[in-house]
Amino acid sequence: MNALIISAILGVVMMFSSILLKQKNAVRSVAVSGIILLLLANILEMSGTVFFKVNTRGMIVFDQFALLFNSIIFLATLLYLLLSAKDMEKVGVNYAEYFALIFFILCGITLVSSFKSLLILFLGIEIISIPLYILTGSDKRNLKSNEASLKYFLLGSFSTGLMLMGIALYYGARGTFSTVIDPLITVTANPLLISGMSLLLFSMAFKVSAAPFHFWTPDVYDGAPTVFTSFMATIIKAAVFIGFIRLFDDAFEQVQSTWRIWIAVMTAVTLFIGNITAVFQQSVKRMLAYSSIAQAGFMLLSLYSMNTEAKEGLLIYAAAYCFATIGIFAVLAKMNDYTFDGFNGLSKREPLIAATLTILLLSLAGIPLTAGFLAKFYMLKATIATPNSLWLVIFAVLMAAVSVYYYFRVIQAIYFKEESTSSPTIEFSPFFKGAMLILAGLVILLGLFPDILVNWLYF
Amino acid sequence: MPINNYILLSIALFCIGIVGVLTRRNAIIIFMCIELMLNAVNLLLVAFSKMHAKAALLAGDISGTAGTDGQLFVFFIMVVAAAEVSVGLAIIVMMYRNIHSVDVNFLNRLKH
Repeated sequence: MNALIISAILGVVMMFSSILLKQKNAVRSVAVSGIILLLLANILEMSGTVFFKVNTRGMIVFDQFALLFNSIIFLATLLYLLLSAKDMEKVGVNYAEYFALIFFILCGITLVSSFKSLLILFLGIEIISIPLYILTGSDKRNLKSNEASLKYFLLGSFSTGLMLMGIALYYGARGTFSTVIDPLITVTANPLLISGMSLLLFSMAFKVSAAPFHFWTPDVYDGAPTVFTSFMATIIKAAVFIGFIRLFDDAFEQVQSTWRIWIAVMTAVTLFIGNITAVFQQSVKRMLAYSSIAQAGFMLLSLYSMNTEAKEGLLIYAAAYCFATIGIFAVLAKMNDYTFDGFNGLSKREPLIAATLTILLLSLAGIPLTAGFLAKFYMLKATIATPNSLWLVIFAVLMAAVSVYYYFRVIQAIYFKEESTSSPTIEFSPFFKGAMLILAGLVILLGLFPDILVNWLYF
Repeated sequence: MPINNYILLSIALFCIGIVGVLTRRNAIIIFMCIELMLNAVNLLLVAFSKMHAKAALLAGDISGTAGTDGQLFVFFIMVVAAAEVSVGLAIIVMMYRNIHSVDVNFLNRLKH
């Protein structure tokens, strides 16, 4: 409850700070201290200190899973702001409002990670989505940003409509919006419940950009300003995944036999389309968009297996994926040239940035000693534990091998290609380099000792 | 009236909305079709709410609170839809200022 209320207040504070503070540095410091406050308040709640006691009538339950996930998200947002907050100046004039919207989105994420009623899920998803439409279109003079924003808005509200229909049918079948089901009651698979479940499945798949509902992702991620693409591709995606897994774990656990095969097919198709299309991209930004689809495919494995390892694995996956992608996008946002050639010869100019970027890319590709490897390992371990799923595991490993190709293309450009002489040099501040070092350090630390994260779940 | 009539009506409205979203090319009309989908859901929720209230009454629950959450949900949908309208129309206006059209066929440019 701490994080929910404080994030909403911080959003309002950021809106006022645009009136009161004229300097952009001051606004930025307010935002960064705000997110640190949020993180601390959430960690305090994990150890039992709750500032606000609100009776939500069981609609919101902050269990250890939700709180730990929120902490990961807030830490990722903190690192995101440290790395990319300066680049938001380039997007438009409403600097403080962007931070306000980000805090409102965090409020929505807190709801999505802790709902026990479909009403809260709906509100959370909408509180995440509506500010995102604005952030996508925040580069008002840029036609690509406009188009991305309109496309995202139309398709996003369409999927919200599907989700609401699913919720209404669920309500018709069960007579309540609560996702808590008494284990003594057996839920019969009547047509109302099954059709509601499939509509919810479609709309959530849409929001996490799982194939065949992924078609909007590359366009929107490509058109949005790069700083906000970074936020959308990492933090939002992980948050919606937590909502997805909570929904199907709680509300539809008893009809698992009907949806498990759908998820399996969806996972396989997502992995295939994401990885194969990413191979053919020329722009790193678009490649990262397809890579985010591919990584979503891996995260879907946790939904397929739905056991303890899958939940632990999803937390590690969310952390590993967010940290790595935020770092890569932060460097990309500073580039003038978004093609692979833009990275040529980076190791000569900026050896430190090149080294950290390589670690992050290796983590995304799933090379051992990094968090990405361990995250993939947990997912596959969880999937093997489910019966009749060997084909999916083998397919996922094959697709992970394909993904190595396009991540290594960037590494190859950084280390083994000559820089063209005409390109203007890019300045990286010492502060930026420090933040990148922290990210790379976190990725390796998590890859060596995943227990420091997982242990939080159980005490 | 039996509940089936309400379910059929709202599913018909919902399908009209979906077909409109998928076939029309004008952003405003697509938007109206999305609103139609949301209102179909509202209708369905109210119908289900009455159905559950009646079922609870027949089962001997005289508190009268059964089924009210469905009607409450409708208010939330209205509020969220209003927020979505304000943001959506702003986006459409922004688009119109730049290209003097609200035709979504222009959106294909992003693919290249």
